[in-house]
Amino acid sequence: MGTRRDFLKGVLAGGAAATAGAVATPVRARETRPRPPEALGLLYDATLCVGCKACVAACKEANHNPPEFSTVDHLWDTPLDTSGYTFNLIKMYRNGTMDAKDQETNGYAFMKTSCMHCGDPSCVSACPVSAMTKDPVTGVVGYNPDKCIGCRYCVAACPFGIPKYQYDSPTGRIGKCELCRHRHKDGHYSACAEVCPTGATLFGRTEDLLAEAKRRLAMKPGERNRFPRGRLRPAQEKMLQGKEDGKGAKMRLGWRHEPDQSYETPAGKYLQHVYGEKEYGGTQVLKLSAVNFEKVGMPKLPPDAAAALSETIQHTLYGNLVMPFAVLGAMTWVAKRNVKPDDDESDKGGS
Amino acid sequence: MGNRNEIFETSRKTLQEIEQRLEMPRREFLQFCATLAVTMGLPSGAEAAVAKAIEAAKRPSVIWLHFQECTGCSESLLRAEHPTLEKLILDVISLDYHETLMAAAGHQAEAARKEAMKANKGKYVLVVEGAIPTKNNGIYCKIGGHTAIDLVKECAADAAAVIAIGSCASWGGMPSTIPSISGADSSPTGSAGVAEVLGKSVVTIPGCPPNPYNFLATVVHFLTFGKLPEVDKLGRPKFAYSRLIHENCERRAHFDAGRFAMQFGDAGHRQGYCLYKLGCKGPETYANCSTLGFGDAGENNWPVGCGHPCIGCTEKGVGFQKPIHQVAKMLNVTPPLQYPRIVEEQGKAASFASAAAVAAVAGAAAGAAIMLTRNLGLSHAAEEAERAKDAGGAGKPAADKAQV
Repeated sequence: MGTRRDFLKGVLAGGAAATAGAVATPVRARETRPRPPEALGLLYDATLCVGCKACVAACKEANHNPPEFSTVDHLWDTPLDTSGYTFNLIKMYRNGTMDAKDQETNGYAFMKTSCMHCGDPSCVSACPVSAMTKDPVTGVVGYNPDKCIGCRYCVAACPFGIPKYQYDSPTGRIGKCELCRHRHKDGHYSACAEVCPTGATLFGRTEDLLAEAKRRLAMKPGERNRFPRGRLRPAQEKMLQGKEDGKGAKMRLGWRHEPDQSYETPAGKYLQHVYGEKEYGGTQVLKLSAVNFEKVGMPKLPPDAAAALSETIQHTLYGNLVMPFAVLGAMTWVAKRNVKPDDDESDKGGS
Repeated sequence: MGNRNEIFETSRKTLQEIEQRLEMPRREFLQFCATLAVTMGLPSGAEAAVAKAIEAAKRPSVIWLHFQECTGCSESLLRAEHPTLEKLILDVISLDYHETLMAAAGHQAEAARKEAMKANKGKYVLVVEGAIPTKNNGIYCKIGGHTAIDLVKECAADAAAVIAIGSCASWGGMPSTIPSISGADSSPTGSAGVAEVLGKSVVTIPGCPPNPYNFLATVVHFLTFGKLPEVDKLGRPKFAYSRLIHENCERRAHFDAGRFAMQFGDAGHRQGYCLYKLGCKGPETYANCSTLGFGDAGENNWPVGCGHPCIGCTEKGVGFQKPIHQVAKMLNVTPPLQYPRIVEEQGKAASFASAAAVAAVAGAAAGAAIMLTRNLGLSHAAEEAERAKDAGGAGKPAADKAQV
């Protein structure tokens, strides 16, 4: 007897009140999160890369990934892009006659394609469960297949197109670079940096790598300079003595002791830009190149992470359950408006 | 480096003795020891230990049995050049029984074997060359009235170490090849390797023939360290058989660049291109031919160096079994010298035919949907008409009720 009408009125009033309340309390926009201070990363210097692909082979081995074929005769591991089974790939920029390396017209250049380990990663933000995580200390963007539900939101979210799904497998998982975090406990760092013969891929703390990148940008092209290889040692490490780990290996700051591998070579013609320093709020993998970054496949990105914007919008809408009530209210109003009067009359007739 | 001084100081006298015994200049002897140490991948200075072991007065007794074989392994060993291997065979080790090399014959030869076995019980090294026939109780190979099976079992019983030299002794090799006639499930004589007949694993030095230095290094390892070298699951010493031929091949750069000889004598073949497409089994064969060469014929003189694909003679299931010009299976696949472009189009754009097919299906679906909704409307109208007819005929009460 009119109770439904009353109820609906109440709902509408309540929804409006809730909306008013929510609007009254302002939801603060989320800032782009910076890299953790001890974040680990890589510095890829395209001018040093000789395209030997030792890093591609080492990555496959370190991650136990099978080869992928794109040639008719299955002779080589020839992935065309990163995939669920290829986490690191050296691609080549080609132009015209390809006369010289690191030349934009009639030249060629190499570019490493792998996870950038964003300071504020979209894949982690998009993940509806907690399969994609960012380590609070090392900042490594890791993946846990046991938690993954296979929705592939991370695949769509990444601006670099890095997380890839193993579509061919009924129990597929996401494949992406995790900076060889499974090897860290043995004192091994990223396999790609470990094997790089020219130091084009260098492992270290992102902060140190950024300083190293700036040092390189200040070099005069062609001037002979020292370049480290393997792992970039922070300045204070030179004072530290290595310690035995009890398994026959000498460790320094948790990493396997290696002889100093630095060498002298002429500096390249760098573009005055460290890719990843500001892009997307800063990534842990940094890149140097002589050829325009967009031309070698690195997208132009704003200095704010998309995750910050999307989370601000989402959290505003869902803050205090505003959107659910608003939508429910609107739907109720539409439903009520569409109730036919003859329906009401037949109700009366029946009662 | 302390070890090296040892050679020059402590053992100068014994080295001089060796010089006389082996009729080999001291320098040459030390070079030989170093060669063996390097073959085994021993660290610098190990040649001193090798030299010491070889200069020990008592030469180990070696009994060498021949079964189903061509004596190629022995021949290969005899043709090793630096230093003269017969010195080693006769003076460094005591070769007490070897059918090709011994002067004795008949009962004398048998007596020499029995005597050596008795005198060096538990200390002699047994080397087996050739496969062992097992069909019909092994009657297809007899020496001195005994079958090969009996001989190998008798000699192995008291041996300190058993070494199978050559592919035949290692797993049966060429004699074990199953003929391609219907119904054949084994070779005509049921040839088997030493390990299979003895029922225990032995050190194998496969190859057709094997590099003599792989054999000698194994024997000298035994003399030096008192034990046989570390072996893989097929009994092959790891110092020689742990890497694929493909991994150290001098033509590997051509493989990675995709430059292949397509037929014997073509332009690529003459320029030393990769022999993979001619059937080279290097990618699935474990051996050190690509670093040590084949036999002792000199630099680059091995099948691949001469322009013939590797036939995989050291690999059971490859050599003598896969056709020589059948392409090999890749055991480890690495990236080539080709690069993907920054953006690679993957998959194919829709062809006209597939687009047309999709459009046709979509059109059919849309048409079906329209027809379905129209039919729904029709059936609803029909139902309404039916109800009205019912109401008009039988039911005044129903109409009344509706009006109330």
